[in-house]
Amino acid sequence: MITLHPLRWGKQYESLEFNDVVHFDTGEPIARIGTVGGGIVARDMRKAHLAREALLEVPTDELIAMGKKAADLFENATLSVGDSQQSVDDFVHQQSASTGLPEHMCRSNMAKNSFVLSRMDEILQCLTRGLDLSILSKGYGDEGRGVTVSYQAQTPVLGAILPNNSPGVHTLWLPAVALQIGLALKPGSQEPWTPYRMVSAFMEAGVPASAFGLYPGGHDAGGAIMTKAPRSMIFGSAQTVAQHSGNPRVQAHGPGFSKILLGDDIVDDWEMYLDVMVESVLSNSGRSCINCSGIWASRHTQEIAAAIAEKIGPVDVLPPADPNAQLAAFTVPAMATGTWSMVEQDLAESGVTDMTSQFGEKLIEREHCAYLRPMVVHADSPDRAVASKEYMFPFVSVVECPQDEMLRRIGPTLVGTVITSDEKLITGASRCVDIDRLNIGPLPTNRLNWLQPHEGNIIDFLFRNRAYQIAPMPTAAST
Amino acid sequence: MSVVGEGSEAEIQAAASAARDRLNEHTLKTVHWHFSDDTGCPFWLEKKAELNFDPLKDVKSFDDLKKFPHFEDEWLRGGPIRRWVPKGHAGKPVYVFETGGTTGIPKSRMVIEDHWTDYELFSDTLPDKYFPRGANWLMLGPSGPRRLRLAVEHLAQHRDGICFCIDLDPRWVVKLIKKGWMEHLEEYKKHCIDQAVTILTAGHDVKCMFATPKLLESLSEALEEKGTSLAEVGITGIFSGGTEFTSQWTRFCVEEMLGGSPEESGIYMTPTYGNTLMGLACSKPITAADGYKIAYYAPQPRAVTEVVTFDDYDQVVGYGETGRVKLYTLTDEFFVPGFMERDEGERERPFQTYPWDGVSGVRPFHELASATTVGVY
Repeated sequence: MITLHPLRWGKQYESLEFNDVVHFDTGEPIARIGTVGGGIVARDMRKAHLAREALLEVPTDELIAMGKKAADLFENATLSVGDSQQSVDDFVHQQSASTGLPEHMCRSNMAKNSFVLSRMDEILQCLTRGLDLSILSKGYGDEGRGVTVSYQAQTPVLGAILPNNSPGVHTLWLPAVALQIGLALKPGSQEPWTPYRMVSAFMEAGVPASAFGLYPGGHDAGGAIMTKAPRSMIFGSAQTVAQHSGNPRVQAHGPGFSKILLGDDIVDDWEMYLDVMVESVLSNSGRSCINCSGIWASRHTQEIAAAIAEKIGPVDVLPPADPNAQLAAFTVPAMATGTWSMVEQDLAESGVTDMTSQFGEKLIEREHCAYLRPMVVHADSPDRAVASKEYMFPFVSVVECPQDEMLRRIGPTLVGTVITSDEKLITGASRCVDIDRLNIGPLPTNRLNWLQPHEGNIIDFLFRNRAYQIAPMPTAAST
Repeated sequence: MSVVGEGSEAEIQAAASAARDRLNEHTLKTVHWHFSDDTGCPFWLEKKAELNFDPLKDVKSFDDLKKFPHFEDEWLRGGPIRRWVPKGHAGKPVYVFETGGTTGIPKSRMVIEDHWTDYELFSDTLPDKYFPRGANWLMLGPSGPRRLRLAVEHLAQHRDGICFCIDLDPRWVVKLIKKGWMEHLEEYKKHCIDQAVTILTAGHDVKCMFATPKLLESLSEALEEKGTSLAEVGITGIFSGGTEFTSQWTRFCVEEMLGGSPEESGIYMTPTYGNTLMGLACSKPITAADGYKIAYYAPQPRAVTEVVTFDDYDQVVGYGETGRVKLYTLTDEFFVPGFMERDEGERERPFQTYPWDGVSGVRPFHELASATTVGVY
């Protein structure tokens, strides 16, 4: 059984306390993780400046090259992880076993993380709008227009409280290394695999080990990271997001409530976009904030819902190693039963129809885990509570709503795919502040262009653009 | 009974046997006190009528306490508090100490002198080198209607010192956590630590202190941020307590926060385990060689801890095995014939200093853990 130890600015720490990581289906331990408390984190955070100083010793272009090498190692090599050598297959088996995610989805998340890291030069060029990255290192410089520009790092390290069950989100903290910002990560208790393997790949690729802190532990450890790191990101529920709302030190990522809006100009041809809708709902077992939870149209909504239900309703539980497996397990069965209770409440409202009812039981309970099979519901109005719901399984509401009401009724929408050629609707969507990532045209909500910012630009989060004036010093009279 | 520790096996065996005899005798005396009409309290005298045995006749040893139903701490919610005062203590001044109470009615325990006695016994375990007599103390823990605050003050006075205290309302802390007001929580913690730093840097000759692990961490950090340390401000002895007191935390505390063993750092830190019902259990001395293992021993015969199986709370687990912690309080002020604590741990063997069972690895009982807010201050 693999043992993972906390990492304190590159130095492995052998804790006296361990948590078991267990197999989602059998409950058998598959790994143990040494944990630390908030005191150790707080003590280490007082040396966080050393993490940035170590990275500043390495030019940005070299860090980017190391990142590309790390991407390759992460995706293809056998790496030292904890007290073991971990092959790619080991990683996939371990991640699937603890998160309940089918193995092919683990591989695809792995490829996604690697892809983003391997293209960090292009990503940073886009996110900084072509800024010479040495300006971020030095803090100021000349862009070539004869005006000094300054970007001041707001933190020596980026803290991150990582999720338990979403291996795809790790792309969000990857840019920090190339930006010469250290990392203080609290791995999720069921998904320590990606941060551990990624940090191992970075170190193997030559990035200074002292740039990395891995602090598995309880709320106490996470709280210390959030309190002590001037910038941190956290992944959690809507409540978590609300708790940190307006706090410039924290970037909170939660439910996405991503949606597809069908314009009146194309809705009669809705069948052309069925695959886009199905992929948006079903990919990654519907677990992501970028999965579509609402499809809005002014007409044909019953037919659209029925067609999606026909495609995803029959999806059933398959073993995680099966390449056709589409469903991830709820590793905490109570989460599935709790979610199912909420869904039942949604269905009880007049005007809401379960379009997948003919495809059998939805809640599948096992001894150590549970599953929820895909659901499509029809809502005859945006007034129905289900129109603004998002759940951690393939679940979508198809909502009947006049086009001219859509943009003011959709509410917060992380990814909004607006399928239309109607210029008025396009202009309205472009101006709608409820939509974060806007896709115009038939783009599945789950397909992200990494050259564009996600839930805020990480450059703006980690750096502050400020004034920096320089005047030549007069020569002293005595010299 | 098999025993380990300092001294020969036979010596510890003999000491354990003598301790058991004392416990049996003390149990008999305590039960008679609480169930005699002229000395017992109204609560137990009324309860006697509900029992299917006569405590005065049928309790002849400590094991006979298992005839009683488990003590329900819900009985402590609400009044009148006087129903707990033994008639044998009529006319004496009575304290009331509370536990819980963030919302609803707190649990109340009346005390006359138990907290003094418990801490005088605890005082005997403290090394004078690090807890010098005459030195002043800082109580860095909860204020208000808490046993701990007055007990620590008495400990200081018993050792010829004066105790400085801070204002800390743990109920507000719990509310802040439940509301998710983490910034307020942080500010409140700073407010408490500021009070402590002020006391420690005001020339009061404070050498000893009580602190919860979290507050000790914060105090150490605050002092270091000011360019000083616990050692530099004169602290030589710390006793600490709380469920979050783990071997790992102790290791962190000794190796990193204090700067090494007492011989290296000049600071001695000892863990304790206790609550308003039982009082205070001392720890076997902690060492790096022993993996910073913390094993608590109740102040027998005034209080007893057992580690019992999860499915039968009358059945003690084997040595080294895991079970739920069960407490007994057997003083002439308060009688608890078996209370299921919200903690679990491993049963420890007797040793020379404490020739009776102990409990190690104390942590929240796994079936209740998610509902328990631990380490709040």
